[in-house]
Parts: sequence; structure tokens; C-alpha cells
Amino acid sequence: MFESWANAFHNVFAANILLFLGKGLLNTLYISFFSIVFSLVFGTILGLMRNTKGYVLRWTATLYIEIVRNIPLLLFIIAMRFMTKLPALASGIAAITVFTSAIVAEIVRGGLNSVGKGQWEAATSQGFSRVQTMWHVIIPQAMRRIRSPLVSQFVTTIKDTSFCAVVGTYELSFTSKIVAAHRTIVTAEDILLLYLLVAMIYYVINRIFAGIARRQRGSAMKGVVR
Amino acid sequence: MYNWKTWFSDWTFFADGFLRTLYISMLGLAFTLVIGIVVGILLCGKNRVVLAVCRGYMSFFQNTPLVIQIFIYYNVLPKLGIYLDIVTIGVMGLALYTGAYAADIVHSAIKAVPTGQMEAASSQGFGYVQAMWHIILPQAVKIGLPPMTNQAVNLIKNSSVLAVIAGGELMYRADTWSGDNLIYGPTFVMTGVLYLVICLPISLLARWMEKRSVRHV
Repeated sequence: MFESWANAFHNVFAANILLFLGKGLLNTLYISFFSIVFSLVFGTILGLMRNTKGYVLRWTATLYIEIVRNIPLLLFIIAMRFMTKLPALASGIAAITVFTSAIVAEIVRGGLNSVGKGQWEAATSQGFSRVQTMWHVIIPQAMRRIRSPLVSQFVTTIKDTSFCAVVGTYELSFTSKIVAAHRTIVTAEDILLLYLLVAMIYYVINRIFAGIARRQRGSAMKGVVR
Repeated sequence: MYNWKTWFSDWTFFADGFLRTLYISMLGLAFTLVIGIVVGILLCGKNRVVLAVCRGYMSFFQNTPLVIQIFIYYNVLPKLGIYLDIVTIGVMGLALYTGAYAADIVHSAIKAVPTGQMEAASSQGFGYVQAMWHIILPQAVKIGLPPMTNQAVNLIKNSSVLAVIAGGELMYRADTWSGDNLIYGPTFVMTGVLYLVICLPISLLARWMEKRSVRHV
């Protein structure tokens, strides 16, 4: 029992395997980072569009959001990989951005709607224009509500990058799949240890963000005027 | 146009996958609910060991990718002499993963029921289980149903991850069929439509329930 685990440690924590997994981790972080940044930009735009009074803008955004978030992300990843000439990492980022923007848009819209109507009326009565009201009154209050679910969404996005394994992008999950087939990884202990190691890498990264999200949830409810 | 015709000539292949996705999702959802309710109620207790186990379960399953969890079931269990078929692995994987979220929902729904309800029930001679079953849970269901419905949509979408272990469900078939026939556009459009057919009504239902519950508070 003990010996087989010691062997497993020896087999999994080998320099070449760790180096290979490390490269996968870097790619996972790379895809995650750019997907999150782009999704924030496009998601915010979509969320604001869905809240405007303009008919065309609002329905374009609504249609996009409702269609995209009811289709599995994996479909976008596969389609982006096989139907475009983008390199592997870029196609992953593009697909995850297409999908996550719709989710972010919903979070942004929820935050904006959580600010009471009275805030609009009060600001207008004080001579604020629409844009001024949005910028100085609504957004600062909405931000408090938006932050926590947004950070939770980062966790989901980091986990979602593992879907790229299906199209053979060298991120952490796919590299772990390759390592699992390596000639030195044989016993149940070897494979279990390998996957637990990979799971722990994801876990540590995600736990940090989940912790931040939880802390912000506490402050979210304070000071929002209805 | 030719590509579309080819796709439609093989429609039964996709219909099979569609049904399989539905089947796995329904079973997964049933087990998710069981896990969610049991763990959610356990979280309301005071036993430290039980709490630690529940939190550990939720923390691990929420913060690691489903893909890795599925890899573990698929690759490690056979080496331990446990042979499960793909559908079982899929249902188990989806239920354990979504159950971790469902537990959170059930727990906070129970917490949202005012404590006075439990006290009133005890004062009327209800035991803990009776009070839970007759007084607390019916009220918690109303609070927890909209987020739970959203989790159902997530579960259905996540069932596509079984494509990594040749699950035979819709996404796997779309992936392999499109590669074999080199017909991408029609395949992916129709696959998207098939998922939309299941997921869109459910998420609209969730939206409607959310709106209604806000009005009643």
C-alpha cells in the first residue's frame, strides 16, 4: 500500500511530467485571462444594450444572450476550432468569449436593475442627464451587486477552459490526459495521484477567486438604496 | 445545400444522441436533487464532522472542472476493478458535480425561511423531521425553485462534456459525425438548435418564476 503510493509519487512528480503539465497550466491561465477580459468588455456592452430603450439594440442583445446561454459552451469551442482558421489558443479564447459574454451581460443587467427606480427619478430631478445618472448614480451602486457574481463567473470560466481538451488544445486538462497515457503512469495510484494533482491545481486557483467572491457578497447588500 | 441534405439523411443518428442527452440529463437531475436536498439539510445541522464533510464535498466539486472529475471516474475506477458503463459514469459525474451547487441552493433556501417558522412548529409539538418536511421545505421550495431550474439548464449543457469519454450523447455525435463527413456548418447549427429546444423553455421558465417570486416578496 505505502510502497505503491511512494512509487506513484515518484512516477507523477517526475521532472518531464511536471514540466509538461506546467506548460498546460500556462495555456489554461492564458486562455482564462484573455477570455475573462474580453467577456467583461463585450458582456458589459451587451448588458447595457439589453437595458436601453432602443428597440433594435435591445432585441439584438436579448436574442444573442438567450440563444447563446442556452447552448453548451462545448459546441462553440468545437465549431470555432473546426470552422475557423484561428490557432488553437485563440479559437478557445474566441469561443469562450462568445459564450461568457452572454453570461456576463445577464449579471450586468441584473446589477443595473437592482438599483431602484427612485434613484433615476431623484437624479433626473436634480438635473442629471441620462448618461450622467448612469455614470455617477446607477453604476457605482450596481457595481457592488455585480462584483460577487462576476468573480464567481471567473471561477466557472477557468473551469470551462478544460472543455478545450475535447478539441485537443494543450491546456491543463488535455495535457493531463496525455500524461495519463505516458508509459510511466501505469497503476491506479499513478493515475489517481496525477488527476488529484491536476484537480488541486484548479482547486487552488479557483478557491482564491471563490474566496474573493464570498467576501464581496457580504459587502454587496450594504448601502444599496432601493 | 448538399451538406444539409446529407445531415438530414442521417437525422436518426442525431435523434439517438438527443434522446441519450435527455435520458442522461433526467437521471442526472433526479440524483442531483437527492444529493442537493440531503446535503442542503445536513448543512443546517450543527455536527462539526458532518458539516466539514459536506463543505469539503461542495468545495472540491465546485472548484474543479467537470472534465477532470469525469477523467477520474473513467480512468481510475476500472483500474480499481470497478467497471461502469458510460451512461452510469455520465449520470454519476453530472449528479455529483451539479449536486454540489444544488446543496448550496437548498441550504440557502432553507435559511431564507424565517426562524420563527421552526420555533412555531416546535411549539406545536412538531419534531425536527416533521417540521422540516411539513413546514420548512414547502416554503423553501418556492425560494429555491428558480435557481434550481437554472442548475437544470447547466446540467443539460454540461452533459455535453461526456463527449470527452465518447459518451454517445448529442455533442459526441455532432463532434464525430462532423469530423467523419467534413460537414461542419449544418451539423453545428442543428446541434445548437437541438440543445436550444431543451434548454430555452426551461430557462424561460426559470426567468418567469424569478419574476413572479420577486413580486410576491
